[in-house]
Amino acid sequence: MTRTAKFSIAVTLFVVLTMIVSFAQHDRSTSPSNSVYVELTNAPKKAAARPNPLATDPEAQTAGAKLFAQRCAECHGETAEGGKKGPSLRASDVQQATPGAIFWVLTNGVVRRGMPVWSKLPDAQRWQLVSYIKSLGTGS
Amino acid sequence: MKRTHRRLIHFCLLSFASVLLAPLARAQESPYIVTYDHYLEEPGNLEVEYFSTFGTQRGAGDFVADWTEFEYGATAWWTTELYLDGQSTFHDSTIFTGFRWENRFRLLKAEHVVNPVLYVEYEQINEADKVMKEVEGHDVEADHAVPNALARHDLDHELEFKLLLSSTHNGWNFAFNPLAVKNVTGGNPWEFGYAIGASRPLALKASAHHCNLCGENFIAGIEMYGGLGDRYSFGLPDTSHYLAPVIAWNLPSDWTLRLSPGFGLNDNSHRFLLRWGLSREFSGFGERMARLLGGH
Repeated sequence: MTRTAKFSIAVTLFVVLTMIVSFAQHDRSTSPSNSVYVELTNAPKKAAARPNPLATDPEAQTAGAKLFAQRCAECHGETAEGGKKGPSLRASDVQQATPGAIFWVLTNGVVRRGMPVWSKLPDAQRWQLVSYIKSLGTGS
Repeated sequence: MKRTHRRLIHFCLLSFASVLLAPLARAQESPYIVTYDHYLEEPGNLEVEYFSTFGTQRGAGDFVADWTEFEYGATAWWTTELYLDGQSTFHDSTIFTGFRWENRFRLLKAEHVVNPVLYVEYEQINEADKVMKEVEGHDVEADHAVPNALARHDLDHELEFKLLLSSTHNGWNFAFNPLAVKNVTGGNPWEFGYAIGASRPLALKASAHHCNLCGENFIAGIEMYGGLGDRYSFGLPDTSHYLAPVIAWNLPSDWTLRLSPGFGLNDNSHRFLLRWGLSREFSGFGERMARLLGGH
């Protein structure tokens, strides 16, 4: 067997093993954890104090609901009650958090616990999401 | 048929079924085709992409180079991708040109003014490859004039490193990707290149109703990329460069369509490139595969 063929086989095996380990760890690495809520309290004071500039926009909640269904429901559940990968957003930790703190977590994600950064959504869309999340309340 | 072959076929069929059964995820894809921003694939999601590049060629037939991409979000800080490349040259032939395995690692856990992502890729492609996913070293148009029958016998094993620097502000994304490539076969020197891009959604606020043609679904921008020579002759001489407007249409039906006409900026460059791509994202793919492999 040539050196090139050996190298190719080694790389292919490494790719396959990496994928298998990644799939096998997937559930563990993205399991929901209430400790994610702690991240809300880690928002810098200035960020947490930011008011929602769309708080009085009558369409913000509806647009936020649409965005939530498209981006967030997969992990947090269709009604934000929590899913296999993401915690409930109806929890009091979230509902009592300031709009600025929620916006900060959306922007920065909780990368080590599996929540991606959402800064690729423009600021206005993240505030629309905040409007929707804050409208949920703690009821089911 | 050997038992291992049967198992492999079953595994492939089940993987394919997992893709088909996986719920679709709404994509918010960047419009760049060569440049990378710092956003990784969402964890557990698989994105299947097909891209095509038509290029004009002086001294030989024009070509269409295609690649298929399987992009998987392994974690929120690691995305891994497999590429399969091929090309058709007019008045010549159609051939498979090789594969690439790419990994992107987010280096910082939170957002910053500039966000770095480390990009590491292994390529096993032959000299007939024309996808031009990056332009490096002294890559010039004349390299692609070699007939496929000759070029395909020259096999390269390359390691490619990029530092993806990206910043998003007021809806605008700015990205800069310096790159270094080493062909590990033979005594080839390190080669260098760059890609730079800027893009912005056409509307920053989402509309309250579902729509296909809303501004929020379109992201437009521009990218520029080219080679910077090699370790012994770093700089612009004998390099090629391209400027390309880009647009992505993120359809609510979960497809993303990208289009980019590219223009060569000097005599070493192809005069015109027309790139387009179609992609679809499947959420929960990792979860299904984990179950398939005996996980919970």
